Amino acid sequence: MHETDMTKALMITLREWWESQPTRPPVERVFLTVGQFTCVEPASLQFAFEVQTRNTFLANAQLVIQETPLIAFCHGCQLEYRPEFGLRYACPTCQAPMDDIRSGRELKIDRVEYATASTPP
Amino acid sequence: MHQIIDETLGINLLHANQAGADHNRAHFDEWGITCLNVMSSPGAGKTVLLEKTLAALTDTLKIAVIEGDMTTELDADRLRQYNVPVVAINTGRACHLDARMVAGGLHTLSQAHTPTDLDLVIVENVGNLVCPAEFEVGEHAKVALLSITGGEGKPLRYPVMFRGADVLVITKVDLAPYLDVDLSRIEANVREINPQVTIIAVSAQTGAGLETWFDWVRAAVKPSQLAAAH
Repeated sequence: MHETDMTKALMITLREWWESQPTRPPVERVFLTVGQFTCVEPASLQFAFEVQTRNTFLANAQLVIQETPLIAFCHGCQLEYRPEFGLRYACPTCQAPMDDIRSGRELKIDRVEYATASTPP
Repeated sequence: MHQIIDETLGINLLHANQAGADHNRAHFDEWGITCLNVMSSPGAGKTVLLEKTLAALTDTLKIAVIEGDMTTELDADRLRQYNVPVVAINTGRACHLDARMVAGGLHTLSQAHTPTDLDLVIVENVGNLVCPAEFEVGEHAKVALLSITGGEGKPLRYPVMFRGADVLVITKVDLAPYLDVDLSRIEANVREINPQVTIIAVSAQTGAGLETWFDWVRAAVKPSQLAAAH
């Protein structure tokens, strides 16, 4: 249900880009980065994308998701560390709370691959 | 014959929603309204907290509520008893409010009320700890509720919601003697994820902590408005 809405949001964003293209090219692949510290489950998103893009401008597009881990930075220790998602987020060395997040918050459309008709040389 | 073109976009997946949220916030700012987005799991006590808030603050602040509910207007009807404008948004199968829905709610609101007369718009989101965390609606502050009946581990299991909250209201603290739950443990777990969060423990039943919450709300409303209200 949640990923249904995420897919809808993704499609709205992509449609804005697509409609701004003069040729409205057929999209072949969409590359996403999805962080671990977001509310998105990649497998569910993959499934939702497949179902929801049927009969749309993204019908033939493949979704490629790259996951990024949760990485925090402890200012006291000047070290990056990987919190244990669901269990512990504090710095394992000095127990300071999770302050800066260096990776894991990404929810990004990196790039789009599309085909364009070209005249042979 | 076709050639593959690879175009770098680098845009946020929620770009369209974020733009809508920024648009809503610009309207709130223009009208001098503070907007709070109230989120929690179902049954944490959002509606009763709002009831207490409306009862206590409508003397000094002009408040409206945008109420998200998946199917009914039951919660909205509870809040209408306090003689404040309440716009109910039935989200259908969507499990959160998004910026577009709230924009629709604002539109409805502005048909019956002059928005510049309002000080505070409280958005009561759909009961859900997962999705609302990612969808801004144009709020100035995020309020997360956590009932002590949910247990100590909840912040660790739903970290995105609790990381994003500006204030955490721990509810139903009057039940603490009957539960095997340590309030300080809940607070510590939330702070592990979000060291800056303001934590307020309340009981709508006994009234404990409510004054602290009301003070927080008063302080969240833009100072110029409070000055104008006095």
